Amino acid sequence: MALEIIESCVNCWACEPLCPSKAIHEAKPHFLIDPDKCTECAGDFEDPQCATICPIEGAILNEDGNAMNPPGSLTGIPLQKLAA
Amino acid sequence: MQLPVINNTATEAPKSGCSAGSCGSTDDQMNHLPEHIRQKVFNHPCYSEEAHHYFARMHVAVAPACNIQCNYCNRKYDCANESRPGVVSELHHPDQAVKKVLAVAATIPQMTVLGIAGPGDPLANPERTFSTFRQLAEQAPDIKLCVSTNGLSLPEHVEELSKHNIDHVTITINCVDPDVGAQIYPWIFWKNKRIKGREAAAILIEQQQKGLEMLVARGILVKVNSVMIPGVNDKHLEEVSKIVKSKGAFLHNVMPLISEAEHGTFYGLTGQRGPTHDELQALQDACAGDMNMMRHCRQCRADAVGLLGEDRGAEFTMDKIEAMEINYPEAMKMRAEVHAAINEELESKRLAKEAKVQLVNIQGLKGSPSPQSSPASGRGSNSEKQLLIPARPVLMAVATKGGGVINEHFGHASEFLIYEASSEGVRFIGHRKTIPYCEGGDTCGDGESALDVTIRELAGCEVVLCSKVGYEPWGPLEAAGIQPNGEHAMEAIEDAVLKVYDEMRVAGKLEPKLDEQQKVA
Ligand code: SF4
Ligand code: SF4
Ligand code: SF4
Repeated sequence: MALEIIESCVNCWACEPLCPSKAIHEAKPHFLIDPDKCTECAGDFEDPQCATICPIEGAILNEDGNAMNPPGSLTGIPLQKLAA
Repeated sequence: MQLPVINNTATEAPKSGCSAGSCGSTDDQMNHLPEHIRQKVFNHPCYSEEAHHYFARMHVAVAPACNIQCNYCNRKYDCANESRPGVVSELHHPDQAVKKVLAVAATIPQMTVLGIAGPGDPLANPERTFSTFRQLAEQAPDIKLCVSTNGLSLPEHVEELSKHNIDHVTITINCVDPDVGAQIYPWIFWKNKRIKGREAAAILIEQQQKGLEMLVARGILVKVNSVMIPGVNDKHLEEVSKIVKSKGAFLHNVMPLISEAEHGTFYGLTGQRGPTHDELQALQDACAGDMNMMRHCRQCRADAVGLLGEDRGAEFTMDKIEAMEINYPEAMKMRAEVHAAINEELESKRLAKEAKVQLVNIQGLKGSPSPQSSPASGRGSNSEKQLLIPARPVLMAVATKGGGVINEHFGHASEFLIYEASSEGVRFIGHRKTIPYCEGGDTCGDGESALDVTIRELAGCEVVLCSKVGYEPWGPLEAAGIQPNGEHAMEAIEDAVLKVYDEMRVAGKLEPKLDEQQKVA
């Protein structure tokens, strides 16, 4: 049970202070989640906090490797425009 | 680069910048402000049209996170509300930021204001923002601090804000109606949840208004920024303006939407356009009421350093700052002297201006539109008639590189200052950027020549005043209804604008246009 931050992360710091398990740390080239510490916020919050504030679609993956915030879900930009 | 300050001898203005001394307006925008507010803002470059030629401000980029999403922002870049998007700032930790501020303040004594404006939302980064403020209030008490915010978490931070040297807060308020807001903000992060749509907008609006009221109640100055989005909130912003002013905001600054497709924002990618110069000006006028709007705002980057419109950030990169030895108490003495000298000059300029305004009144250039109050001029019946017909206002563009005079060649200008002449006098309206057409090459963009760009940018202007204008652009300018005029080279801008306006009046060119009469009615 752990989320993962991938390379599209823009290092915006929004997630880091919210993590109840201190599982997120600043790293180069992008922030990282320590899989041993991440609880997916279970017991602390209803929604995983990092994925709930992250502004970048696709930057955080669930344990199955799927985007927590898939393309278009945050910006509302139609997919064909995103691709262009 | 030399700064055109203090003694005004340096006329070599920064290319990108607004030229010193040239954006003044005859009615000072601060005249309407109560004395205690004037005292607070007179040396703030962002609030005082006059001061922005003399005093510098800087931003530090310590606050990268944001708790909302705006449709005009792409979080891969800096915040679009206070910053030119598309350029990523060098992000600082608070301690680095403090070091940078001290270094800049010691090197550029004209620096009076430190702002935190992002690149995200400063109040979504409270630890980083307040750590910076706390250290500066202690180590550099002669620097004013200010902060820009989207307002979502403002109420919970008002108390802390009021503790530091912060006497100005800018809130970006684009709407007071959740239905309008839902078209601007796709989501907010609120109480550990992501909230979308109308509900999100309603919470944001409520927090913004609450924060505004709390700040005003504590005597902290509040400026409101609004981004004008045609078809979304353009009709709505007049109401926003009324409400925020009635609640005590001291300035309302309407800024144009920036929505270039390459910024990758929702608006950019869905083809939402920004306002035209005319639309922006009309709205600014409508919102102005009895106060002048802030028209010299340059939507600075979150890490801008220097006078408005110039950027000396490259002189203060982290590695250069690490190498600097700063004795701030010493620097503070030097700063105090420089500030005193500038204040003296500003004061004498203000007095000179007052004298000039009176002279203009005596000369009768201020033709009064109302028959009762029109002075018996003793001129022919034609002039009498002129006085009865309200002379319509005229926009003129001015090419200048500083010093308050017309001293730039038309083809070399990368920016024009726009003035409005009317029976009320001359006022500064804004600046419009272009590509110097002498340097622009044959084409730019999709086959548009640099001259075409300039002509498009000058839309609405009837005259362009410059030190010189070549033969070639003359025809196209005239064809576009813009009269080139190189006859007032080296003259003071406002005097020349008034002269040309009076020539137009005498030549009978100022009869109100039919459609404009209707607009007025
Ligand atoms: S899901 Fe929760 S616990 Fe895991 S990294 Fe994100 S914020 Fe931390
Ligand atoms: S919120 Fe998203 S983009 Fe920002 S640092 Fe965390 S993972 Fe990266
Ligand atoms: S508040 Fe600023 S940083 Fe946040 S989304 Fe809006 S424009 Fe971007």
